[in-house]
Amino acid sequence: MTETWIILGATSSMARAFARAVARNGAQVLLAGRDMADLQASASDCALQGAPVAEALHFDARDQATFAPIIERATALEGMINVAVFVGSMPTQEAIDADPSLIAGTVTDNYAGPAAFLQMIAPKMEERGGGTVAGVGSVAGDRGRIGNYVYGSSKAGFHTYLSGLRNRLTRSGGHVVTVKPGFVDTSMTWGIEGMFLVASPEKIAADILTAVEKRKNVIYTPGFWRLIMGIITAIPERLFKKLSI
Amino acid sequence: MIWNKLTYTGWGRVRSATAQVARPERTSTLAATQAEQSAPAFGMCRSYGDSPLNDGGHAVDMTRMDRLRGFDPDSGVLEVEAGARIGDIARRFAPDGWLPAVMPGTGFATIGGCIAHDVHGKNHHVEGSFGQHVLEITLMNDGKLQKISPSKGAKLFRATIGGMGQTGVIVSAKIKLLPCKGDIITVTERRIENLDHFLEALDNSQSTYTVGWVDATAKGDALGRGILEEAETGYGLVPDAKTPKTVPFNAPKWALSNPIVRLFNSAYFRRVPEEGRTSVKPITEFFFPLDKLLAWNRLYGKRGFHQFQCVVPVAEAAVLRIMLDKIGREGLASPLAVLKRMGAGRAGLMSFPMEGYTLAVDFPNRGAAEALIAELEEITKNAGGRVYLAKDATLDASPIRSMYPDVAKFAKIAKEVDPDGHYETDQTRRLKIRSHA
Repeated sequence: MTETWIILGATSSMARAFARAVARNGAQVLLAGRDMADLQASASDCALQGAPVAEALHFDARDQATFAPIIERATALEGMINVAVFVGSMPTQEAIDADPSLIAGTVTDNYAGPAAFLQMIAPKMEERGGGTVAGVGSVAGDRGRIGNYVYGSSKAGFHTYLSGLRNRLTRSGGHVVTVKPGFVDTSMTWGIEGMFLVASPEKIAADILTAVEKRKNVIYTPGFWRLIMGIITAIPERLFKKLSI
Repeated sequence: MIWNKLTYTGWGRVRSATAQVARPERTSTLAATQAEQSAPAFGMCRSYGDSPLNDGGHAVDMTRMDRLRGFDPDSGVLEVEAGARIGDIARRFAPDGWLPAVMPGTGFATIGGCIAHDVHGKNHHVEGSFGQHVLEITLMNDGKLQKISPSKGAKLFRATIGGMGQTGVIVSAKIKLLPCKGDIITVTERRIENLDHFLEALDNSQSTYTVGWVDATAKGDALGRGILEEAETGYGLVPDAKTPKTVPFNAPKWALSNPIVRLFNSAYFRRVPEEGRTSVKPITEFFFPLDKLLAWNRLYGKRGFHQFQCVVPVAEAAVLRIMLDKIGREGLASPLAVLKRMGAGRAGLMSFPMEGYTLAVDFPNRGAAEALIAELEEITKNAGGRVYLAKDATLDASPIRSMYPDVAKFAKIAKEVDPDGHYETDQTRRLKIRSHA
């Protein structure tokens, strides 16, 4: 069965690994992001890995004018439309403390931008009676922590949005997977101290693909993060507010 | 963050380096790192010694730049980023009837590494070295990209192939794949009773792929006994290669002690029936037999191991007996020892291959290992042969000029493109390669 994966934020290493995995399964891929030269390189890779269609398209979470052409291109292709959202940004908490105006951009990159895109494409998915959204959130969205709460809250907003979208798309045969990765070995985390149990982008991509196939609702990847976050969310607030984890 | 302070090692784990390492995922970020600090590149660190190392300096990990950029199914020309792994390319293209023309013994080697060491494979006597199938290299030097080939920038091209990264960072390359019949391989294994028998069998082999396993613990009449493997690709149906297993921790010292290695080698020799046998396998099992066991370097324990690999001219084959005799007497060899006939094919000024026989032996890093290797290096030099820099961690600087007669020419070209020695590595410093300019 023909299907298309729109991959938002396709230059990230997780997105690249995921695009390669779905390309190997024979899906059509639309790689959306800002660095067109890099996306072009990934598109040629996907085509050679087995994608019958692999194209680079311009996408900027902060510029909604870039959304419609991607949706048009996807609807011009046959088969189910799927969307994987890898877009996001993580300024350090210190940078945000110094310049609170960074919050608006962070929220747009992690939540408002991709949510607006999904809102625009949802009717097209409903028309075709299926399709899957894999939305990459973060374990940081499960609880506000002193070191990362602006990023975390934008991801929490995105989680809640995905939960609502799941509720909606399931009525037309569609599905939404909320993906909460722990620490991943990407260029975003390269050289940052305090990383532990770091997973490869390929591992995350494989977990997402399995979750999509099994129509899971919310996954932690690697899976042990469910346990870690279970403990962290269980800590009573009166105690948690004094911790710096 | 661009730079990450890391301690890393070559595959043999004897030498290590602590360096500021960048790991770009895009050409634009690679350019940004190089604009800030030109630094030597490394890939999967499957070289045994210190060729990927730059202790106290900077280095660029290229493994994230691993995409296939284009393939022409008529000519078999593949354009690929330097961090792509040769085994992944083989697995991807063999079902379509194409294979990398030359593949080293591990599928984890990257394209950049294969070029920088001008690697050879089990078909060297037929297809020559890796660099002979490279049509174009995109090189980044001083933050700028340039395309070099045998017809454009030929001098730099010849210095980049086998050039250990001294001319800049290899970003991508166009390589010519070789047609193959399919993704299975028919392997014929025969017992070889001694060294003379081995050399004769290697000389007479008519197969596309030929490699010999040597029992480096054998002595006396059995000196140089082993198994000859000859193979041809084909089309057919065999079970997929098994999922690799991992060596989870450093093995204790006794794991590869002499009595155990002797027992293992004898059993390994007898595994092949006296009359020989032919079997059919997935290609990767033949080309990359050790890749089935991930992190197998841990078998040598935390002190690591050395691999000695030399090539000696055909006329000097007699020194192989002297070498094997020394190795057998020392009782230090591991099960891993390989003998191969090499053709003359080489593509770079600093390429390893020469017409002759190549012997590779692993030694756990203990006791007299380094002293024994020094003796073997001396024998190699006196025989007019050379030591393989992709394996080397021990060679002295003095024999370089006789082993690599083009080193001065090479060093001059490297100096032109890298006057300040930004691309130097622990190995080039140890061997004083750049000082020949």
